[in-house]
Amino acid sequence: MRFLSMSHQTLALALSLLIGVPFASQAEEQVHLYNWSDYFAEDTLSGFESRSGIHPVLDVYDSNEVLEAKLFAGSSGYDLIFPTARPFAARHIKAGLYRPLDASALAGLDRLDPDIMKSLEEIDPGHRYLVPYMWGSTGIGLNLKKVRAALGDEAALDTWGLVFDPDKASKLAGCGIALLDDATEVFAAALAYLGKDPNSLDKEDLAAASDLIKGAHPYIRYFHSSQYISDLANGDLCVAHGYSGDVLQAKARAEEAGKGVEVGYRIPREGAVLWTDVMAIPSDAPNPAAAHAFIAYLLDPEVIAGISNYVYYANPNLAATSLLDAELRKDPGIYPPPEVKAHLFTLKERGDREIRNLNRLWTRLKADR
Amino acid sequence: MNQTPNMQARQTSRLSRLVNIGVPYFWLGLFFLLPFVIVLQISLSEPALAQPPYRLLWEWVEEGLLQIQINLQNFMLIWEDDIYLYAFLNSLWVALVCTLICLLLGYPMAYAIATARERHRIPLLMLIILPFWTSFLIRVYAWIGILNTNGLLNHFLLWLGVIDTPLQILHTQTAVYIGVVYSYLPFMILPLYANLTRLDPTLLEAAADLGCRPLRAFMRVTLPLSMPGIVAGSMLVFIPVVGEFVIPDLLGSPGSLMVGKLMWTEFFSNKDWPLASALAIVLLGLLVIPFVLMQRLQQNLDEGRT
Repeated sequence: MRFLSMSHQTLALALSLLIGVPFASQAEEQVHLYNWSDYFAEDTLSGFESRSGIHPVLDVYDSNEVLEAKLFAGSSGYDLIFPTARPFAARHIKAGLYRPLDASALAGLDRLDPDIMKSLEEIDPGHRYLVPYMWGSTGIGLNLKKVRAALGDEAALDTWGLVFDPDKASKLAGCGIALLDDATEVFAAALAYLGKDPNSLDKEDLAAASDLIKGAHPYIRYFHSSQYISDLANGDLCVAHGYSGDVLQAKARAEEAGKGVEVGYRIPREGAVLWTDVMAIPSDAPNPAAAHAFIAYLLDPEVIAGISNYVYYANPNLAATSLLDAELRKDPGIYPPPEVKAHLFTLKERGDREIRNLNRLWTRLKADR
Repeated sequence: MNQTPNMQARQTSRLSRLVNIGVPYFWLGLFFLLPFVIVLQISLSEPALAQPPYRLLWEWVEEGLLQIQINLQNFMLIWEDDIYLYAFLNSLWVALVCTLICLLLGYPMAYAIATARERHRIPLLMLIILPFWTSFLIRVYAWIGILNTNGLLNHFLLWLGVIDTPLQILHTQTAVYIGVVYSYLPFMILPLYANLTRLDPTLLEAAADLGCRPLRAFMRVTLPLSMPGIVAGSMLVFIPVVGEFVIPDLLGSPGSLMVGKLMWTEFFSNKDWPLASALAIVLLGLLVIPFVLMQRLQQNLDEGRT
């Protein structure tokens, strides 16, 4: 036996010498993470490696759809993913794409915000599959100086009217309006602006929303789900429909650049989407034990507070709130005051056929056909 | 045992011929026909909430009873909904315009390189090939930096005083044309160059001796003889541009809907693999037409020559 293992070692050594590094690095334990771009702090991965000895390998995406396509194709090779709870993770649970979590390996679950846990209970009864990671809203990112220059100092900025009211949008089109390339988000915003149920599937409601978007189309520069971050920061855009933390990252980048671009984030008074991103382990994850270790690491209040301080998203860990920078805790864009929070709504699940119809309507709207 | 050496030799030559023909056929079967059959099969299936997200065409209902279900709805939807027709036409149009621009730019460049002095040719060709050493994606991203309202081009034009306010070029159809022509120009130049260097210069001398002016000689001699190069270059540009996804997505406007983007939407946003596959099949069908035309043209050229 000893001889055998030795010969194996020699063989491995010889092979690793032949092929170089890859063979040697495969010997150490790895965990493959698939997360949104810019969604960890700079020291998150190195901190995990020094704590656990497991080497994290990170891939990033900028839309749930890309993540979803890989999951549905199967054998994605990822151990831990970070989808948005509704409608994505909910759908994945139904399709049986996740592995049940072992709660005994996850100390600190009790520190999570009971409100958020309660809202996840609907899609994940008994919390078998999902652990919340971050939450935020989808609102409006603004280049404050340019918007005020175009609309006047008195103009209300916390309204979808900046995008959907042709009178306002036409004045802002010159410095650039961008919408998320996401049918559900845009329709929810349009329906909220019209004062209708943002989750409505009613034909008339959808027709009214699509007329509204059509009317705004000439003033929209592009539809994209991440490009607006750098464009807002550089002053290339005036108004961006975007995720709270992304806009606030743009704000921080603009301040760093020091070119006088002032970015602001507003939650529209007509209502905006409140979303939660969760952690889940794909059913075919190669190393679920390491994925559990990584979730446990992120449940550490200091770790998650460090990430929030870096990415400008609120985390659901109540023990971490006191560890956040005061600037974050007081930012109404990150922790909205109760009267603003009352305007937020969550997205409901939809059938596949309804989603496809909505997306095809969206494709048509984008192409202005 | 009792074969004569002659027969043996004939047999081995037959074997080697079989291998010679078999290998390319095996290659085509494995890497073209098989994927095609898979895509075709998906295009005839129904989407489902499963992994992978479509229902297989066949199903063992009970022992010995195989049920095959073919779903033509995907193709019907493509036929009925004019957004797909629009996307196909727009893709073909973009590809056509870009091919023509590439030809107009590429022909003089290829001609110049082909007629340059021998020792200059390799460095000039290197200049064409050199950009390939950087990733295609990064080169397209670089164009964002150039065409932006805050970008290099606008700064330069403002500095020159040609314009007062920055031009909005990024996220327009113009940006798509610029990106595509830039990316695909080498594919036009290289086959043209290969063709033009092989032209017999004595033909032009003969034309000159017979009193033909250079322009006329070019039109009557060089251009017709470089037709195979033009066709090859145009195909190498046209066909991939029709299905181009990255350039219109990064540089284009939301209005410039192309099939590649539509397929992406169906595949990713809608998880509708069957419809995405059906689009791919229709696109393949459409692209067979220029191929057939090219083959006809090539045949005509060959016949005209003999």
